Amino acid sequence: MVDRKVRVLVAKPGLDGHDRGAKIVARALRDAGMEVIYTGLHQTAEMIVEAAVQEDVDVVGLSLLSGAHMTLFVDVAKLLKQKGMSDVLVVGGGIIPEGDVSKLKEEGISAVFGPGTHCDEIVDYIIKNVKR
Amino acid sequence: MVDKKEIEKIRIEKKNWQENCYNPLVKKKPGRKKKFENLSSNEIKSLYTPEDISHLSYLKDIGFPGEFPFLRGVYPTMHRGQLWTMRQFAGFGSAEETNERYKYLLEHGETGLSVAFDYPTLYGYDTDHPLSRGEFGKCGVAISSLKDMEILFSDIPIDKVTTSMTINGPAPIVWGFYIANAENRGISKDIIGGTIQNDILKEYIAQKSYIFPPEPSMRLIVDTFEYGSKYVPRWNTISISGYHIREAGSTAVQELAFTVGDGVEYVKWAMERGLNIDDFAPRLSFFFNAHNDFFEEIAKYRAARRIWAKELKKLGAKKTRSMLMRFHTQTAGCSLTAQQPEINIVRVALQGLAAVLGGTQSLHTNSMDEALALPSEKAVRIALRTQQIIAEESGVTDAIDPLGGSYYIEWLTDEMEEQTYKYWDRVEKLGGVLPAIEKGFYQREIAQAAYKYQKEIDDKKRTIVGVNDYQLDEEIDIPILKMDEKGEERQINRLKKLRKDRNKQKYERNLEKLRKAAEGDENTMPHILDCVHSYATLGETCRVLRDVFGEYEEPAIF
Repeated sequence: MVDRKVRVLVAKPGLDGHDRGAKIVARALRDAGMEVIYTGLHQTAEMIVEAAVQEDVDVVGLSLLSGAHMTLFVDVAKLLKQKGMSDVLVVGGGIIPEGDVSKLKEEGISAVFGPGTHCDEIVDYIIKNVKR
Repeated sequence: MVDKKEIEKIRIEKKNWQENCYNPLVKKKPGRKKKFENLSSNEIKSLYTPEDISHLSYLKDIGFPGEFPFLRGVYPTMHRGQLWTMRQFAGFGSAEETNERYKYLLEHGETGLSVAFDYPTLYGYDTDHPLSRGEFGKCGVAISSLKDMEILFSDIPIDKVTTSMTINGPAPIVWGFYIANAENRGISKDIIGGTIQNDILKEYIAQKSYIFPPEPSMRLIVDTFEYGSKYVPRWNTISISGYHIREAGSTAVQELAFTVGDGVEYVKWAMERGLNIDDFAPRLSFFFNAHNDFFEEIAKYRAARRIWAKELKKLGAKKTRSMLMRFHTQTAGCSLTAQQPEINIVRVALQGLAAVLGGTQSLHTNSMDEALALPSEKAVRIALRTQQIIAEESGVTDAIDPLGGSYYIEWLTDEMEEQTYKYWDRVEKLGGVLPAIEKGFYQREIAQAAYKYQKEIDDKKRTIVGVNDYQLDEEIDIPILKMDEKGEERQINRLKKLRKDRNKQKYERNLEKLRKAAEGDENTMPHILDCVHSYATLGETCRVLRDVFGEYEEPAIF
């Protein structure tokens, strides 16, 4: 296997403008040696999946603080599967109540990182779980 | 403030104290940290004395409350005369649910209202727009038309209670809904009081809920200044906000510098239009964050008042009211922890206390559950009770600016003012506020500060109780707000009915007139009011402005 850098798409789905967390995580992943592509704000699920295909990423990291995660995270995970990219690791973060986390996992979001998460925890999780 | 001979004596005695008393002890038992720094990375000395503020003149630099430079407060009596307005930012789901929440809050002693809108509303989309998918009512209430606004305020005495609305891109339209609703209820627009946030500069800088490019956005804002000062005189037509800059990760100094700098920029644009500064400046208001570093926050509010007064005077203001920095404060959402959420009550109490000691005119105290979801009824009630305890039990409201004269506070206030002017010089070198935004200056400064803060927490250089120390492995056991699942359907049906029932010719004609006004340089506000009165929706009215002005997109940098 060729030793290549893990490629991560950090994405902001929906209308939410809170980008502090996404930018911090993007920098932390880059500092950990990953290739990071940041979509910027206001992305539809289609735009995110299109970028994931184009950039041939191994991981999609979704950040959302608006509360629309049950719809928008799930849209992205479903669309990735439809495009035959079910081996892409999908993780998420934001203001997400405990009760929603298990439902998101059932829909293919492998891990959810809430406020207070250590950046290393996200890095470690990705390294251990990346499938491609 | 003390005579020179006395200062010299203090200097010598302090040196003696340092050498003979302090240093020997530190040698034996070093301090807890090598360096003590506040949240803006300013080094804090062990002790402050009159020497540190010997360059200040009491009468010139500090003065009296209600008098220039207003450092000690904007009003002569401050909280002795009147408590701050207790104004909890609230909104979720449909207009019906949020209306219930407002009545609940008023019943429990809240004294002003504050509307949180959902994302589609913040971007000027109706609930049934494709981009609204998944967002209905999630982080605020959905308001797509005058009809929704009528429901939102039904049975609420809007002739008596003031309302603050956190709305920026589509602010003139949503303000139009509020005015039209009042008019339809027989309440004249020169009676209603409140605030629209209407601060687009901080949207580009930090909060990112912008719609149009900067120049037409600034034009719309000046339209509201002009209209408000003529016809809605009790309304604050802007709330120049540092809150979101801070939440995006800035330091306290950056929050202060960028926010007051934005304020000056608005004044310049309005004067450029030919408005008289003393007509509109009395209705400019501000909004700050209350973060964890207690004294730094207090110094920030005090410095803000003095800088603003000085700048407004420089710009030619003559009326006292024009120079008053009146501000709302909200405790720092970003400081809340999802871990051990109950302890957030304590954080909020300290932050709220800082805001009060800093002389705030209005306060929102966060609920303990906000790192998890929108606040439950119980959580918001405790948050409101927290400020009621500060107001009624703590005694801090008895003397005006009780920390004024503290060597540390006065030194820090002055230091933050100086650092603000340094930031302004940097912005000036980039060509001013709009060019600095376009060059990503603010955005990079904030992202850098946010990353540094996170690293400090990750590296345990900064302790956050319950997060990187004093952790507990426990199930989180607090109630989470449940919204009415039928809300979205009800809202969409209401929109459908509205589109069917209204007079098509009338609203289409009004939208066309608005388009003409937007294309030219006529004030858009009267036309916006005609549109909303004829039940053009938020999305439709905003569509017209989008067509004329275009939309803004920012470069994705991290």
